[in-house]
Amino acid sequence: MSNRTHLLVPAEGERRRKIRSTLWLGLCGLSAVVVILPLLSIFLYVVQKGAAGLSLSFFTELPKPVGEPGGGMGNAVVGTLTLIGIASAIGLPIGILSGVYIAEVGRGKFADWIRFFAEVLSGVPSITIGVFVYALVVVPMKHFSAFAGGVSLAIIMIPTVTRTTEELLRMVPPHLREASLALGVPEWKTSLFVVLRTAAPGIATGIMLAVARIAGETAPLLFTAFNNRFLSTRVDQPIASLPVQILTYATSPYQDWQQQAWTGALVLVVVILVLNLLARLGTRTRIGAKS
Amino acid sequence: MKPPVAAHREEPEANVEPRLVVEQLNAHFGAFHAIHDITVKIPERRVTAVIGPSGCGKSTFLRCLNRMHELVPGARVKGRVVMDGVDIYDRQVDPVRLRRHVGMVFQKPNPFPTMTIRENVLAGLTLNGVKIKDPDAVVERTLTQVALWSEVKDKLDQSGMSLSGGQQQRLCIARVLAVEPSVILLDEPCSALDPIATARVEELFFELRERYTLVMVTHNMQQAARVSDYTAFFYMGDLVEFDQTPRIFTNPKESRTEDYVTGRFG
Repeated sequence: MSNRTHLLVPAEGERRRKIRSTLWLGLCGLSAVVVILPLLSIFLYVVQKGAAGLSLSFFTELPKPVGEPGGGMGNAVVGTLTLIGIASAIGLPIGILSGVYIAEVGRGKFADWIRFFAEVLSGVPSITIGVFVYALVVVPMKHFSAFAGGVSLAIIMIPTVTRTTEELLRMVPPHLREASLALGVPEWKTSLFVVLRTAAPGIATGIMLAVARIAGETAPLLFTAFNNRFLSTRVDQPIASLPVQILTYATSPYQDWQQQAWTGALVLVVVILVLNLLARLGTRTRIGAKS
Repeated sequence: MKPPVAAHREEPEANVEPRLVVEQLNAHFGAFHAIHDITVKIPERRVTAVIGPSGCGKSTFLRCLNRMHELVPGARVKGRVVMDGVDIYDRQVDPVRLRRHVGMVFQKPNPFPTMTIRENVLAGLTLNGVKIKDPDAVVERTLTQVALWSEVKDKLDQSGMSLSGGQQQRLCIARVLAVEPSVILLDEPCSALDPIATARVEELFFELRERYTLVMVTHNMQQAARVSDYTAFFYMGDLVEFDQTPRIFTNPKESRTEDYVTGRFG
């Protein structure tokens, strides 16, 4: 008889075990919620504070002198786009081609070293990169410039692009490489027009994430692009950018400047959010196309 | 579908021109000696099957014929493979140029996923920067050769991946034919296909041998018997026997060949 009922009687310590299990599961769930909270609250807070200043003139007008109402961050919006453009023009070719080198051309020790250096470089604090570019570009040129800002952002961008390119190239099935080589296609053309082309959608996703990352960089720009109260697209002159403008305005004592800083923060967050969403969308359609 | 049978195969062929003359060919992967002293003449415009148990070196042998073997890190080749009077391992021979004459079809159909059917057929030409006078004619001619034209002529701009496995493999063969090679190497071309697709591809090989020299690695002895004119039996890196296919299967000289083709091992 006892054989039948022993399944119904709680064993010793069973209650304690169940409580412990519930506790740990609860802790995991709570941590998961905490992960979402910062982004969610930042976003809500920035919307709440910044939405009031949002208007077309924010994007088109230049900053007005203190005391005068109105004005916008048109110079900073254009400046950020210019900086991203310069950084991409320098960083993307170097990043992509070095990724191709590691994955396709260089085998062995040298490629391992490049990969290691790229990893360390992506961990270097961005302010250090700013100081370095200051010494390398700003000092010889004798003034701050959009070019110097672009160089510092490119340095931040390169390791991300290199690593993404390498990883995605490795995911391309080797039989495609062989198919191309067996058609009498030289190795470099195989790497660029077959392997890289197959991995292109994924690499585009990585590039978007890299752009999102540099769009919000502030520290390196302080020493390189500096700031500019006027609209400028000149590569050899200081240039405004959203992050630096936000810093300047948020730390100012004037209330309407602080308001504009919030609006600038909102624009920046939305831009980065959109870039991330686009990157996700790209990944999804790529997987959809495969199946 | 009735499997094609070569009527003339019953009679021993006296004089067939060799397309590839392989002399003392050795291949290594690092310290591993994969094939030893292979000497054989691959006859022109015939289907030569290469059979043998797994790991016997038959794929390595095939990959030595268009210098794909040396792409594997640590791989080495010694010996000669003479084609049109030139050793393909001569220092003046560029492997890229060679591969345009000796095409290859792989085990798994591998159309380029980013390209349409049309682009896939032309890939070998466009990637090499060849100016094609009439690309549509090339596409139609090669797809007709592989008996795929009627099935895909209305969807040439769809992805090559949208086709079935057998169609993809025929597309890959068309892609090789577009480069106009004289020799086509086939590395277990039907092992990823179902029996119906296999029958169609086999029929295709039979037609292709009118114009091309085919060398086919296969695990499937019935396939070797059905399709090939000549058969080479590899065992443990050695070429045990090479002869006309009917003789290999009915009256082999070597006992190891007989044991293998009758299914006693392998």
